[in-house]
Amino acid sequence: MAKRIDIKDVNIYYGKFHAVDSVTLSVPPRSVTAFIGPSGCGKSTVLRSLNRMHEVTPGARVEGQVLLDGEDIYAATVDPVEVRRTIGMVFQRPNPFPTMSIRDNVVAGLKLAGVKNRRRLDEVCERSLRGANLWEEVKDRLDKPGGGLSGGQQQRLCIARAIAVQPDVLLMDEPCSALDPISTLAIEDLITELKQDYTIVIVTHNMQQAARVSDQTAFFNLAGVGQPGRLVEVDDTEKIFSNPSQKATEDYISGRFG
Amino acid sequence: MSDSTLADRSASAKETPGRARAPHGAPGSSRGGAASSPDTPEGPISTANTAQGEPASTPVRRPGDRVFRGTAVGAGAFIVVLIAAIGLFLLLQAVPALRANQVGFLTSGVWNTTDPNSLQFGILHLLWVTVATSVLALALAMPVSLGIALFLTHYAPRRLARPFAYVVDLLAAVPSIIFGLWGIKVLGPTLVPVAEWLNRNLGFVPLFAQGNVSISGAGNVLTAGVVLAVMILPVITAVSREVFERTPKEHIEGALALGATKWEMVRTTVIPFGKAGYVSASMLGLGRALGETVALYLILSGTGAAPKLSFFDGGATIASKIALGAGEFNNELTAGAYIAAGLVLFALTFAVNALARAIVARKKVSA
Ligand SMILES: Nc1ncnc2c1ncn2[C@@H]1O[C@H](COP(=O)(O)OP(=O)(O)OP(=O)(O)O)[C@@H](O)[C@H]1O
Ligand SMILES: [Mg+2]
Repeated sequence: MAKRIDIKDVNIYYGKFHAVDSVTLSVPPRSVTAFIGPSGCGKSTVLRSLNRMHEVTPGARVEGQVLLDGEDIYAATVDPVEVRRTIGMVFQRPNPFPTMSIRDNVVAGLKLAGVKNRRRLDEVCERSLRGANLWEEVKDRLDKPGGGLSGGQQQRLCIARAIAVQPDVLLMDEPCSALDPISTLAIEDLITELKQDYTIVIVTHNMQQAARVSDQTAFFNLAGVGQPGRLVEVDDTEKIFSNPSQKATEDYISGRFG
Repeated sequence: MSDSTLADRSASAKETPGRARAPHGAPGSSRGGAASSPDTPEGPISTANTAQGEPASTPVRRPGDRVFRGTAVGAGAFIVVLIAAIGLFLLLQAVPALRANQVGFLTSGVWNTTDPNSLQFGILHLLWVTVATSVLALALAMPVSLGIALFLTHYAPRRLARPFAYVVDLLAAVPSIIFGLWGIKVLGPTLVPVAEWLNRNLGFVPLFAQGNVSISGAGNVLTAGVVLAVMILPVITAVSREVFERTPKEHIEGALALGATKWEMVRTTVIPFGKAGYVSASMLGLGRALGETVALYLILSGTGAAPKLSFFDGGATIASKIALGAGEFNNELTAGAYIAAGLVLFALTFAVNALARAIVARKKVSA
């Protein structure tokens, strides 16, 4: 659990379009790394290359290496399905399976992995929902469909679903962008708790959020329209927000803070 | 240097999504950067909006809307009246024949309308052949359509999917008479060995027992069902494909991100999402199969014998029986007998449609 990620000289393409240029970046275990940057600069694209979700898009491909505790997840012998089982993902829009009950949503990943034991599934369900701070709210209606929850609850359900399989890494793409401030705070607290056990990478447009939850911040930018996005700098969050070494970073951050 | 100007531009462009800041920026800079309470400007703006929204209580009727409304209501009413008129006409025509009927219409299978003075007509045998061929067709076509639709939407490479879908759609454009010819001349004879094998080895199951016509003739429910299956395949496939294609990308990615294989993804997201659509597509196909006439007219061997409730029965479906009886329509009473049969078909397709709708509605509620 909680593995280290080393991204080495990764170039990402959508067909002929070169979306991200040569990113090199390390994420230490049991830490939170935030990706910030203007829209379209490739934050989601980089994030999705970390669990091989990028290649789900037709024509999309990744060049370079992504090492998970030293092992390249893009090596020819690696099965992308296995990679996704060990690297969980939470999306921008909450996406519980609407026809499944809350319980089935949480244990969906375990069922896919072949766990059948009812007792064990129930245990994991409770542990994950507690882990996602959702247990108290839903414990009396575990058999109701997951689509019947509020947006914030649905997002926490998706987090529970992602942590139920005890992944090595948790990727989150703007997990709070569809949520109200209270749910956002709940999820931020949750991220801080989850950091004890998981390596977390989060994409966010909310500077305060990046400042609040992350240990390390990576700033991405576009060199221009139609140009690939690139990593401008990555450093301790405190340093990025107080004294970044690149002017572009400072402009971006100060633009947000006024 | 140019790098940072561009960065500036994209950074300021980035402001737009943060709507709370936009109204705040202007007064803030005029007051010299009093950036204390970033959320206050939102309050007055939203109240202003509701205040403006309230006075619009008297509906404005535009001429275009009125004309469109009139046409739409007129067209809708016309269809309803037309259907009611057709039903009424059929009923009125059928009543005298039903009165003159010497056997129970719903309880007998005899069909003897050559003498208008002693009419004997019952729907039972026709109903069996109609339902058996259609249900068999549905049972064969449903899994195949499901497979094709899933293949086209989630497995086939894009370059292959389009022409393949086109070919399937083209199947729908083949005239029924061609299907009938193919069924009786090509498919039927090739099915005979299969039919004989089934009869030899599974003959103890009533469905595979000897029917009321010779198995070697191929003019039976089995051949008809297979032909009908091919005929309804395109419509079921096309509609299911449309539905499966609409599976939300978030659900698909959610499943894949959990480590689902392609098939597991399809099973957990695409199929639950498209189930209702697939069921209604199948009912659409069933409706078509129930009403199919010409192909079955060519395929089914006529017989007066009672069906044995076997796949190797011959006879006629309601629709093909009506077509067969066209020569007798000059007599009002005889024609009435066929019209009565037509009414049953009408009711049957109506019931199938209602059932499909009910299923879809229930699926929607539970989903
Ligand atoms: N499916 C796709 N096909 C082709 N190009 C894509 C696709 N998805 C993203 N892109 C392009 O890749 C670039 C990076 O997109 P990406 O979604 O990673 O940006 P982002 O930084 O996450 O933006 P945002 O903050 O708006 O979410 C953009 O130029 C985008 O247009
Ligand atoms: Mg994004």
